[in-house]
Amino acid sequence: MSLDKETVRKIASLARLKVPDEELETMAGELNNILGWIEQLREVDTEGIAPMTSVTVTVPALRADRVTDGGYVDLVLANAPEEVANSFVVPKVIE
Amino acid sequence: MSDLLKGNTGEWEMVIGLEIHAQVISNAKLFSGAATAFGAEPNSQVSLVDAAMPGMLPVLNEESVRQAVRTGLALNSKINHHSVFARKNYFYPDLPQGYQISQYELPVVGEGKIEIDLPNGDIKVVEIERLHLEQDAGKSMHDQHPTKTYIDLNRSGVTLMEIVSKPDMRSAEEAVVYVTKVRSILRYIESCDGNMQEGSLRCDANVSVRRPGDELGTRCEIKNLNSLRFLRQAIDHEAMRQIEVIEDGGLIPQETRLYDPDKGETRSMRSKEEAYDYRYFPDPDLLPLDLSEDFVAAMKASLPELPDVRKSRLVSEFGLSAYDASVLVAERETVDYFETVANGRDAKLAANWVISDLFGRLNKTGTPVSQSPVKAEALGELIDLISDQTISGRIAKDVFADMFETGKGAAAIVEDKGLRQVTDTGTIRAQVQAVIDANPDKVVDYRAGNQKLVGWFMGQVMQASQGKANPAMVNQLLKEIISG
Repeated sequence: MSLDKETVRKIASLARLKVPDEELETMAGELNNILGWIEQLREVDTEGIAPMTSVTVTVPALRADRVTDGGYVDLVLANAPEEVANSFVVPKVIE
Repeated sequence: MSDLLKGNTGEWEMVIGLEIHAQVISNAKLFSGAATAFGAEPNSQVSLVDAAMPGMLPVLNEESVRQAVRTGLALNSKINHHSVFARKNYFYPDLPQGYQISQYELPVVGEGKIEIDLPNGDIKVVEIERLHLEQDAGKSMHDQHPTKTYIDLNRSGVTLMEIVSKPDMRSAEEAVVYVTKVRSILRYIESCDGNMQEGSLRCDANVSVRRPGDELGTRCEIKNLNSLRFLRQAIDHEAMRQIEVIEDGGLIPQETRLYDPDKGETRSMRSKEEAYDYRYFPDPDLLPLDLSEDFVAAMKASLPELPDVRKSRLVSEFGLSAYDASVLVAERETVDYFETVANGRDAKLAANWVISDLFGRLNKTGTPVSQSPVKAEALGELIDLISDQTISGRIAKDVFADMFETGKGAAAIVEDKGLRQVTDTGTIRAQVQAVIDANPDKVVDYRAGNQKLVGWFMGQVMQASQGKANPAMVNQLLKEIISG
């Protein structure tokens, strides 16, 4: 599998990353190196072997249904670019 | 079939599949300990997990899992003992993570089916494709400022169950009946309050049209329908739009559309170039969810009697008609109310009072049955007074109106107003005789063969007794005396 410049441009746009045109080629090369390595891993025969998620815990910790968090509007809004009436304010988005 | 649509070039069939987003009733969110209560101050119920601060990790709420499994079981669907949370990647200001944690290839609930009762009395099976757990997004408010959008993250991270049907519905009516049935089941088992106004239950409808018997057409998805009325309108409008496009020689592109209730039309939400590419992948912060047989069995044991079973029981145990039974079981509060009234009494009489008289008044005032001014026990007392002939059915209507207004008991109203039925033969005979004596010409008419006059005489006597005379006795005595 090999990525071309156009595919990299599309991935960047999906990730909301602004990649200048002159860097697309370089980035395609780097991504292809990573994909090449994964291709190499895929050579291992894993037929009939269940995916292993972890070497230690196998049962996820579950949370009891109790309210233990929240109630700190100031903290939540601390990094907001703009705020009014305890709400984040962003440029208008209407689909 | 009557559900086919008429176009200019022939008949068309609609095909509808529905996605229902149902908010799970829980104190805390799917992956955080922040509260879920409706109507709180903006951003007051947001944890740093919900705000997606770097380094914060999700921990699954056990109640969300319990409710998803209970709901899957109540929808007669397969529980997957192994399921996986996945990231659905997209950008929107009310989604601070930049992805929604959902389930993709391995949802917690797989295929199943439910039965819906159509208005013509038929039962239709609708198959369930899957049910998965996912996070709700925050709320965007576009109408607060001319150039800005306000974001409240209180809803961000609240547990949703997405219930996906197969494309089994063939009319807007069937879609509405299906949603109503699912909502009824969710409310029975108390996994979702079903409140469409507050957004606890919302629908996306996938609509396509085809010539009867043809392959499936291309579908359009109509997003975020938050009332049954809009669901019905949006489906009907969308189907007609598609038929017009195709009959004019056009093609339907697969797209997402929004319903505008003011204009009564759907419009494209985003074009194909902007179409989302969600790039799902398993969430590395969350282990797969493995459920034991014991857990699933315990969830099954925790379910109450479900609407279908309860309906059959009302028919077999109480002798109700299938129609009356289906009306009563639609809401759990209603059928609980009915069973309290019917217990140890004439069940059909009880059903008539609950469906005609109680529902009639409750609907008129928009009161839910849980807040009825006449409690089940009180209605039972009224029915007892009819059964033991203390009052007639006619007088009982007035007593019931009084109970509904004042909240007083039936027996007290009957005593206070002196409404006790007259069953004394002597008294009734005298009243009948008086009416007959006052109308000799009508008596002659009757004896000449005008049998219908009995009704008129009945009316006169009942009026003379202010409705209190026992109607059966009046009828009997009247025929006896008038015939001479």
